[in-house]
Amino acid sequence: MKASKKEFIAETEDILFECRQCILEIQDTYLTAANPDTINALFRSMHTLKGLSGLFGNQGITGSSHALESLLDDIRLGRIPVTEEVVNFLFKSIDVLSSAINGLKEDSPVDLSVHIEEVRNFRSSMQSGEAEPDIKGLIDNAILKVLSEYEEHRLKANIRTGHGIYLVNAIFDLATFDTSLEEFTKRIRQEGELISTLPTSTDVPEGFIGFNLMFASGKNVQALQQHFSENLEVLFPGKHTDQQTIPKPAHTMKSSSTTVRVDIDKLDRILNTIGELTLAKDAIRRIGTEMEGADPYSPLIRDIHKISVSLERRLGELQDEVLAIRMVPIGQIISRLAQVIRRYSKETGKEIELTLYGEDTEVDKSIAEEIVDPLMHLVRNAIDHGIEPAEERLSKGKRKQGTIVLKASQKGNHVVIEVVDDGRGIDIAKVREKAIEKGLMEPDAKLEDREIIDFIFAPGFSTKDVVSEFSGRGVGMDVVKEKLSLLGGFTEIHTKKHKGTTITLTLPITLAIIRALLVRVGNHRFVIPLSAVSEIIAIETKDIQTIERKNVYYLRGEMLPIIDIGKTFLLETDRNEQRFGVVIGFGRRKLGLLVDEIMAQHEIVIKSLGEYLKGLSGFAGAAEIGKHEVILVLDVESIIEHSLTRQEGGAYV
Amino acid sequence: MQEETTGRAILIVEDSATTRALIRAVIEEMGDFTILEAGSGFEALKLLPSHEFHLVVTDVNMPDINGLELINFIKNNPRYSRIPLIIVSTERSEEDKKRGMALGARAYITKPFKAQELQEVIRQSLADESL
Repeated sequence: MKASKKEFIAETEDILFECRQCILEIQDTYLTAANPDTINALFRSMHTLKGLSGLFGNQGITGSSHALESLLDDIRLGRIPVTEEVVNFLFKSIDVLSSAINGLKEDSPVDLSVHIEEVRNFRSSMQSGEAEPDIKGLIDNAILKVLSEYEEHRLKANIRTGHGIYLVNAIFDLATFDTSLEEFTKRIRQEGELISTLPTSTDVPEGFIGFNLMFASGKNVQALQQHFSENLEVLFPGKHTDQQTIPKPAHTMKSSSTTVRVDIDKLDRILNTIGELTLAKDAIRRIGTEMEGADPYSPLIRDIHKISVSLERRLGELQDEVLAIRMVPIGQIISRLAQVIRRYSKETGKEIELTLYGEDTEVDKSIAEEIVDPLMHLVRNAIDHGIEPAEERLSKGKRKQGTIVLKASQKGNHVVIEVVDDGRGIDIAKVREKAIEKGLMEPDAKLEDREIIDFIFAPGFSTKDVVSEFSGRGVGMDVVKEKLSLLGGFTEIHTKKHKGTTITLTLPITLAIIRALLVRVGNHRFVIPLSAVSEIIAIETKDIQTIERKNVYYLRGEMLPIIDIGKTFLLETDRNEQRFGVVIGFGRRKLGLLVDEIMAQHEIVIKSLGEYLKGLSGFAGAAEIGKHEVILVLDVESIIEHSLTRQEGGAYV
Repeated sequence: MQEETTGRAILIVEDSATTRALIRAVIEEMGDFTILEAGSGFEALKLLPSHEFHLVVTDVNMPDINGLELINFIKNNPRYSRIPLIIVSTERSEEDKKRGMALGARAYITKPFKAQELQEVIRQSLADESL
């Protein structure tokens, strides 16, 4: 039973990615004592890789991962101390495995025998003879005999450092114990290290399950007992100084690591400050301009202008740098999806071939995190509703394996992610039927196919009568769309019966600071994010035509729907013949916003409207510009949506 | 000779899906069993009351509770204590396998294993149980 090569490569890459994450964490923490759970996780990943490559029949990688597994086993069991040398060696080894995988990809196998020998030699050279304390007699034998070798090692290591060893018993409902136990162990981990989790049915009522949890902690029992309502049993008292023990400095405090991890919130705060500074810079320039009016020849004004130009440039650089720090390759998410696809394809019994493109495309970390769930949903949908069972595919003359392609690319200020499947496509007749049934459209309405397909974004809409286990988790396409528009992005669907479906997600690269266009409607001013604007046109009001109660304008021979911002928000507008159309969106989502004046471009930090105004549609938030003036930011996405779904007329808000 | 196997339930506890599928395939070859799979010790604890199991095949090294803790649980619960247990684990877990045997496991098999090897051990365990 050989796994396919492609699958093997993808899965191995996932594992190596996890390994790197673990080693990075160990590198950051080993001076003060690396988290044993991380070392154990690394060991387990290597163990998985060994099993995987064994099944696949790749001797080189099996040999290497086997040797590394032995090395990591010694590390987790404390036979080899974690040092800079060890960390570097682990990094190097992962690189070697990566190059072996790359070799496999290009059909030029890499000989790993030298590496295997290296790992073995390294392992034997590093082993230390440090004796572990004898714990027989210290701890009850009934407990000791159930511990695995690793748990026993962690117990000894904790006793050696003088930590106390405690036992606590907790009873949970059998149906839900895993979540309750997880919460309970989280509390334990805050106080120390969880060593073993021993399930028990002694003195436990039917339908319940008990756990004896053994953990180590530097705190004494009185201090710990405050955090637990359950009774703590002291197995080993430990040596308490009742002060936080200061970790002993290692031989050298110098770390070879040149990377730091930063909380994204901190970066947000920096960006906010940059935003405020940008406002200050604008103020300086404004003061300069105002002074120029009063005294055009003052040398001070030249200085002010020089400073404001230099400030502008430096602030721009600073902002770019910070934004770059927040960028992560989208491959990090896509590889998570790859795991889901593999798991679901196994569970549904549908064979699925996954192809990834553009994993290097970068996107803001916060957007990356937000997009995982919608993508996950789309992928599940594709497997569940899109890809047909093997027999059906064969009868249609398709390949037995379904294909899912995840494609990421950058287009200007946007990242485009496509989820493509070659399944049965969306059944438009069925969607239509359902839409009529749900009262979303009139039975005799003549709608275009794409308009009908858009109904699947309506809340609670599902053409699948039987909700499957995977996609039927209460998250519908409406949630996908809502999330996207919250991020300032949008979704598009292309589908062809029996050929497949492509869902395109378009997202801004970053959310932090945006360039925006300041416009005026009557005596109100609004800003429109510049990333959404494709062009600005002058429009003679007489050229606006009305087709089926919708206002349109012919732009270079193509029909452009027109939304009059003044009418939408019920505002007084100028009564000029000449107005301006701000063209937003693209493709069939393109439309023109009619405004009275185009005023300026600004860099803005969008602030949310706060709880009170949260429900208001049509506005993405507010921004401060110029003399502490607060201006509303138009929510381009929701305006486009409204124009696509509603008939003209009536108030927008 | 085909054993009378219909309806007998076997629980496979193993965190690697591939190994789980492999063990299942090996057992399916032996006859008509009801096979249940647990991807972790926790899942195993939840599945145990659901069937009258005739055999549990378990890994040692798993993320939530390990195989030894599971064996200890089964052997100390009067409802399950008669279920024979087979440990399937790597040669790395030599020490752990010994501990498992001390806790009452019926046999252990080292990964990677041969199909016949596992089938032989399963056959013996089931035969012992029906005595």
